[in-house]
Amino acid sequence: MIANFSALAYLASSVCFILALQGLSSAKTSQRGLSLGILGMSIAIGTTLASPIVASYGWIISGIIVGGIIGTLIAKKIQMTALPQLVAAFHSLVGLSAVCVAAAALLEPEAFNIGSVGFIAAGSLVEMGFGVAIGAITFTGSVVAFAKLQGLVSGNPLIFKGQHKVNAALGLGLVVMLLLFAASESHNLFWAIAFVSFLLGFLLILPIGGADMPVVISMLNSYSGWAAAGIGFTLGNSLLIITGALVGASGAILSYIMCKGMNRSILNIILGGFGGEQAAASQGPKEQRPYKAGSSEDAGFIMKNAKSVVIVPGYGMAVAQAQHALREMADILQQEGVEVRYAIHPVAGRMPGHMNVLLAEANVPYESVLELEEINRDFAQTDVAFVIGANDVTNPSAKTDPTSPIYGMPVLDVEKAKTVLFVKRSMSPGYAGVDNELFYKDNTLMLFGDAKKMCEEIIKTLEE
Amino acid sequence: MEMISPFILGLTVFILAIFVGYYVVWKVTPALHSPLMSVTNAISSVIIVGAVLAAGSAQDTLTQLFGFGAVMMASINIFGGFVVTRRMLEMFNKKK
Repeated sequence: MIANFSALAYLASSVCFILALQGLSSAKTSQRGLSLGILGMSIAIGTTLASPIVASYGWIISGIIVGGIIGTLIAKKIQMTALPQLVAAFHSLVGLSAVCVAAAALLEPEAFNIGSVGFIAAGSLVEMGFGVAIGAITFTGSVVAFAKLQGLVSGNPLIFKGQHKVNAALGLGLVVMLLLFAASESHNLFWAIAFVSFLLGFLLILPIGGADMPVVISMLNSYSGWAAAGIGFTLGNSLLIITGALVGASGAILSYIMCKGMNRSILNIILGGFGGEQAAASQGPKEQRPYKAGSSEDAGFIMKNAKSVVIVPGYGMAVAQAQHALREMADILQQEGVEVRYAIHPVAGRMPGHMNVLLAEANVPYESVLELEEINRDFAQTDVAFVIGANDVTNPSAKTDPTSPIYGMPVLDVEKAKTVLFVKRSMSPGYAGVDNELFYKDNTLMLFGDAKKMCEEIIKTLEE
Repeated sequence: MEMISPFILGLTVFILAIFVGYYVVWKVTPALHSPLMSVTNAISSVIIVGAVLAAGSAQDTLTQLFGFGAVMMASINIFGGFVVTRRMLEMFNKKK
């Protein structure tokens, strides 16, 4: 009777989670969706706390209080530019708690109603093994992603000889150990599985370059879902299975969108080694081609006299914290009667949707921020394209040069605008290590300097 | 009558949920992909359900400690994930 009641409560919270995701289909409904998500989580935790098998509350309550305070403080203080690191860190915690739950289930299966020590069903053991393996990979993988995003380790891909062979051997070993574990319920094998998976998580993410971080984060998002689902199978809990599947599917779709945004296959990214300085160095020294450089006064004058301006922001804008100055500049232009819009490439920033959040933070109205497919046609009728902190996503050689590493990647057609203003610190190539044809076009004016300072200087010119 | 194994029932639920997830997530507007990620992160910490069982019903201290650790980490995620998502969504809904 009680079991049926909890199962129904879990169903209710699964429905809440589905509605929470559905709410995100538009900004208007998103907050109601989030409230439903919180409600679903409260139902889930409340139901579990009320179940008769739970005998003591000391550990639980202190865990929730300590975790709740830490989580809330971090989430309130974090800067939106650091969002990708935060999400990576959060993913690692999901992975590690999956490992902990699997370990607890192995040590005391009675507490979870899945048999007793030495007599856990083989099926449950397989699920437990999977849960711990995916959880452990998610944990160390996310830790590496965090370290790369935070700049604690180099964003360059770290590659050593025979890397793929080592990974393949570890993967194969993992499968063998899972089978042996299911047959024997050996605790030593369980810990060996955990150890090898931790190692594999490191090795899988280390070779992936900084440019691929949006994919990595989405992938780890997906893994954290599969880990939750794995634990759900172990415990026979449909809420965990449903939620894990939702999250897993969501992360997988985001990874797919990111891969498409870069025209690369997921396999190619997992095998790693793309982006960073090696790629640039391998092209060798090139002769310097002529380009035009301008000042903030030139930029201010050109934009003031334009009818329409499209701003193309990239990660460089986020690094320079230029979003507020940029919005101020756009406001002045709008007062002068210039139409200002923003064009967002799917892989701009370090995680899906990162640019949109930063612009929203700077009070840029939701309606004037457009996605690649929505705005790409309009560049031909645009007076000025203002590229700030973006590079590879504007490179026309992705359309014209089949030998380019980024050939085939969907790019913003900024070169079709009458004038292109390109804010950049120097002439160095972008993350993909490819020179940008756009710099040398007749209608391109390079504005050298820090993104934020440049915006502020343009504002000064506009105000005069 | 032969009983259906719990694994098969779980698998049924799992596959259907993947389909639901697939269709719901494709409807999410690209502008909200960051909040999508942080909210899915928060709800995947529903793994706390398993952690609560370990922390609250186990006899052995080691198991309880694993449970406590898992409850704490999942709570960081749940609170952190929901709070940061709320912050983002408020930015998208600000009145000028």
